[in-house]
Amino acid sequence: MTTTENQTKPGEAEVAAAETSEGRQELQLRKDISTKEMMRGSGAVLRMSESEVASLAGVQSEDQTMIINMGPQHPSTHGVLRLMLELKGETVLRCKPVIGYLHTGMEKTGESLSFMQGATNVTRMDYASPLNNELVFAMTTEKLLGIDQDIPERAVWIRMLLSELNRISSHLLFLATNGMDIGAVSMMLYGLREREEVLRFFQKVTGLRMNHNFIRPGGVAADLPAGWRDEVLKLLESLPERLAEYEILMTGQPIWRERLQGVGVITRDEAIALSATGPILRSTGLSWDLRRDMPYLRYDKVEFDVIVGSFGDAFDRYSIRLNEIRESMKIVRQVLDAMPQGDYRIQDKKVTPPPRGRIDESMEALIHHFKIFTEGFKVPVGEAYVAIESPRGEIACYIASDGSSTPYRMHVRAPSFVNIQSMPPMMRGGLVADAVAVISSVDPVLGEVDR
Amino acid sequence: MKTFSGGVVDDVRFVAKADYLKQLAALRDEGFEMCVDLTAVDYLTHPGRALPAEVVDSIVLERFEVVVNLLSLSQRRRVRLRVQVAESDASIGSAFDLYPGTEAMEREVFDMFGIRFDGHPDLTRILMPEDWQGHPLRKDYAQGSIPVQFKGAAS
Repeated sequence: MTTTENQTKPGEAEVAAAETSEGRQELQLRKDISTKEMMRGSGAVLRMSESEVASLAGVQSEDQTMIINMGPQHPSTHGVLRLMLELKGETVLRCKPVIGYLHTGMEKTGESLSFMQGATNVTRMDYASPLNNELVFAMTTEKLLGIDQDIPERAVWIRMLLSELNRISSHLLFLATNGMDIGAVSMMLYGLREREEVLRFFQKVTGLRMNHNFIRPGGVAADLPAGWRDEVLKLLESLPERLAEYEILMTGQPIWRERLQGVGVITRDEAIALSATGPILRSTGLSWDLRRDMPYLRYDKVEFDVIVGSFGDAFDRYSIRLNEIRESMKIVRQVLDAMPQGDYRIQDKKVTPPPRGRIDESMEALIHHFKIFTEGFKVPVGEAYVAIESPRGEIACYIASDGSSTPYRMHVRAPSFVNIQSMPPMMRGGLVADAVAVISSVDPVLGEVDR
Repeated sequence: MKTFSGGVVDDVRFVAKADYLKQLAALRDEGFEMCVDLTAVDYLTHPGRALPAEVVDSIVLERFEVVVNLLSLSQRRRVRLRVQVAESDASIGSAFDLYPGTEAMEREVFDMFGIRFDGHPDLTRILMPEDWQGHPLRKDYAQGSIPVQFKGAAS
């Protein structure tokens, strides 16, 4: 990576005297403003409601700024994200992300689904990495049940294999959409093509390309199918050469670098203050990855590097994700070597339904089966918070249980929801075209933002 | 209070509402740089919670509970604060000045539970439409359902 001195943006001088309803908007140098001021006073965030903005229509004054809506129907807003951008010419002064267009009350729905059914709900939140959602839900339930240390080894390693493959597929989708947003349209085709190969493996294992409901409390739904190892090896063989292709297509390409380097810069203090996690936090040079720093599953048994950036710009976030694919492949290789034999789910009759064959022979098995699928299993009173590293950052599940078979309250800490807050400081003082690069580099999944 | 579950230790602390911001500031100085999560629970229909022995005299259980998860990147530690918020005075100080990242999370809690955060710069609805009535994640929020008719199915 080359050094970019991009603390001062072009066009900063001409916007220095912008006047808004909140007074004079002096754009100071980034280094002169503390994060707190940045968020509260000097204004990267447009703190106006929609009706206030609408009431400004027709107001005429000199050095006027313009507020435009970008989205919710915009090809580069990754679904239905809407941004209210305050512009001076083509420079973004402030912006306000407006979300909620995909809100379907999934946390409320989760309260009426049993712990058995809950995975079908959470898997639809971050639809680009469904297996991580299921994993965190299952781990929280297991923690409440007190069985989190009793999950069979094979189930744990299967979970790791799927979680890492899911990271690969999610980052491939990022490369595809990022390419499309910046103008490298062929990258979209390549990224989706490779992602489809990973999804094809998921389909063999779980039966579905997405929304798998495969990782469930107690283990996984089924054992890996025959020939899974060859499938994974085939994936691992084909990917490195494709990644090398991406490097030629994008990383070394001057236009690509021009569009991303020094764009959407966020400092380490800002990222920490804004609770940003995942590639955004790592792009600022802070080496923080829950897989290494607070290991879950068996991540302490595998070796991998945590990729960090140096400048906190969109290019760093791009190359972090690209290289995380390589790290995930490293982990998958180690999982292949270490995959133990044994059960793929816990043999606790209260949590795990009996195998189909037993139902015909044993009355007890029939009762257990019936109980688990109608009423569900009961989870002791308590509350638990479990966090894991999803491709987008820290995804966590907080469940409060009242002792029944449905969660009393199920909350998912969605990384995209929190990461969206870092957009306004990233966009401030940049061009509208850079705003597109910023949205893309934050890589939000709106299903997870709105839940 | 510490709860143990299969070897994983959670550091959970009950904090009085009046001390909440003071505690947060103290914890931030202690090295908890990031507020990873802020959410709430409506304990309307599940009042039978037990308080740990050491706070049973000082804390009164209320309908709402604001749950704050802090993370220390330098010490690799988490702490969870549980703050009781009464239904009659559903408001609490905003953590925005200490942790600007709670901005969206507090808005979400306001939107979903109707708990006000004093000192929040922009306490408006975030997920529901601006003119929405009611707070969906409250336990007394009316849940509707639409009967589904399967046309043409053999009965």
